[in-house]
Amino acid sequence: MDKNNLNNIPKDLFVPLVRKEDTSDRISTPSRTFFQDAKRTLFNNKPAVFSMILILFIIIMSIVGPWMNSFGSDEQDLKRAKMPPRVPVLENVSWLGMDGTLSGTFQGKDVQQATAKANARFDRKEEFIDIKVINKGDGTRNSAEVKATYHIYEAKDMKDTYFWFGSDALGRDQWTRLWEGTRVSLIIAFVAAVLDLVIGVAYGGISGFYGGRVDNVMQRIAEILVGIPNLVIILLMMLVLKPGIISIVIALSITGWIGMSRIVRGEVLKLKNQEFVLASRTLGTSNGTIIRKHLVPNISGIIIINTMFSVPGAIFFEAFLSFIGLGIVPPDASLGSLIDLGFDNLRLYPYMLVFPAIVISVLMIAFNIVGDGLRDAFDPKMHK
Amino acid sequence: MTREKLLEVKNLQKHFAVGKKNTIKAVDGVSFDVYKGETFGLVGESGCGKSTTGRTIIRLYDATGGEVKFAGEDVHGKKNKSELLKFNRKMQMIFQDPSSSLNPRMTVLDIIAEGLDVHKLVKNDAERKAKVEELLEAVGLNREHATRFPHEFSGGQRQRIGIARALAVDPEFIIADEPISALDVSIQAQVVNLLKKLQKERGLTYLFIAHDLSMVKYISDRIGVMYMGNLVELAESDELYNNPIHPYTKSLLSAIPLPDPRYERTRKRISYDPTVHDTDGEFELREVTPGHFVRCTAKEFERYQNEQKNK
Repeated sequence: MDKNNLNNIPKDLFVPLVRKEDTSDRISTPSRTFFQDAKRTLFNNKPAVFSMILILFIIIMSIVGPWMNSFGSDEQDLKRAKMPPRVPVLENVSWLGMDGTLSGTFQGKDVQQATAKANARFDRKEEFIDIKVINKGDGTRNSAEVKATYHIYEAKDMKDTYFWFGSDALGRDQWTRLWEGTRVSLIIAFVAAVLDLVIGVAYGGISGFYGGRVDNVMQRIAEILVGIPNLVIILLMMLVLKPGIISIVIALSITGWIGMSRIVRGEVLKLKNQEFVLASRTLGTSNGTIIRKHLVPNISGIIIINTMFSVPGAIFFEAFLSFIGLGIVPPDASLGSLIDLGFDNLRLYPYMLVFPAIVISVLMIAFNIVGDGLRDAFDPKMHK
Repeated sequence: MTREKLLEVKNLQKHFAVGKKNTIKAVDGVSFDVYKGETFGLVGESGCGKSTTGRTIIRLYDATGGEVKFAGEDVHGKKNKSELLKFNRKMQMIFQDPSSSLNPRMTVLDIIAEGLDVHKLVKNDAERKAKVEELLEAVGLNREHATRFPHEFSGGQRQRIGIARALAVDPEFIIADEPISALDVSIQAQVVNLLKKLQKERGLTYLFIAHDLSMVKYISDRIGVMYMGNLVELAESDELYNNPIHPYTKSLLSAIPLPDPRYERTRKRISYDPTVHDTDGEFELREVTPGHFVRCTAKEFERYQNEQKNK
């Protein structure tokens, strides 16, 4: 077909173009909800995942731990008091400190005096004490030095007994008490978190949503409550209630939720004037539906993060109260009261402090890292 | 020809209390009528009360004073639930910010169907979905977009979703509160043309609020110019552009840039000086030439009329 002939193309050669399906506006990426996105970001955050596993492990241990050996948490026996930790297999690794021996260095003007001091310290059971001379000394004061290792399990004729984390001043098994204490601490933390959630969210939500005079009155009440120091409330509570879980929980429930309520109020104030809420109003949506469908889904992320951060706060508050003797009372244990007992014996029996201190530190750090991870996950700017 | 008045706004006032003593008179006695099937443009600088006027008309704010009548019925009077719902169906709003006007946690399907759910316009999920897809196509979106979330869309697409949401309840009157201000210029034209197309197809009436004068002129039949909570001039759009009377309107029009260097070189900004006005006598919206209203005192009114005659 030459160019001059273009006008003479037979009409029947023209066929209408079959309209293909419009693909121009199609979005090819998979559709993800906000929570799917958040979950992905969270699980890509390795420290947060590790911390979650740690928390889960501690929770499981606090449930099954006390049953893993035959000791009860309140079985007192002064004969086996202050036994050092001893764990099967691990007892052969000398540097771990799990071999069931007590050791210390003693000084004197000569080796004999130093050894005598060591014997006096370790119940005078010379046959079970290994003495290693570090420094012979020259007769002047404290110039000689010996290292004494006391095989206390053999000395007390308890070769087949294993206190994994040692025993405390009353001969109770530390392992059992530690996990029971962790359980108490966790229960208080979760109750505090739930109270935070229920009271804080409801209070802040109502205050923010209705605004005006309601908001004004509610915020003044919250300010008065937050002005009362927690410790004063706890001390006053002692007049009415016995120290224990209930009084700690009540003290936390009086003021603990105020931070949460303020954050929720702020969010609600911000959201309720967003255009999508206004649009919903112009459509005639009722208040209840607006709260349920528009406000709650948009603040749920912040609520979850805050709950996560309130858990370590509550754990610490409980430990603090128990440490100063206003919290959990014996024979019940909590991480705080265990640390308190360990603190009394810090110089001579450091293991009494170390184990509960490690557990509470790990718990608090793990909760904080998970909270951080959640904050990143719920921040839409962090989503990739 | 007498046209049917769809919306009558009479001396509408909306004051906000600031502290105990001060009030801000955001809207201070605005009166205008919107006829059925037309587009009424409302322009003015930021903070002059355009959006407040729109929101007060649709009951997002309670009016401090004045009256709004929609199809002869008072909008702000006490209403029971079913009356309110009926009103909500007739009047809808398109919002300014496409990113905040859609709930980020809801799918497009749920966003658009919100009105259908509230007014129980559909019987089952299949019908609901069909209706939403029909609306999506009416605003130029793909029906597969229904399952998506707002953050997956561009500004223009989001604004279309906002329009579809307003259309879901089959309104007669739509208040478009700066629907194009947050959009890219190339997208603005698309959205405005969509609004025009929908107006033709569905016989809608618009109250178009904007500060972009050229866009307002393009879409509006009549334009009202607002300044400090008052309507200062109201006329047919061509008349207003070709023959502005109020000094503020003149100043506003002088600020429109044109993509023409020769014109731009000679364009002179007229700044508005409120002291030029006559201070004794009541300011009122007076009809200087037929259909052209200017807010002025009696003295100014005479002067304006003489100026018009001598033209």
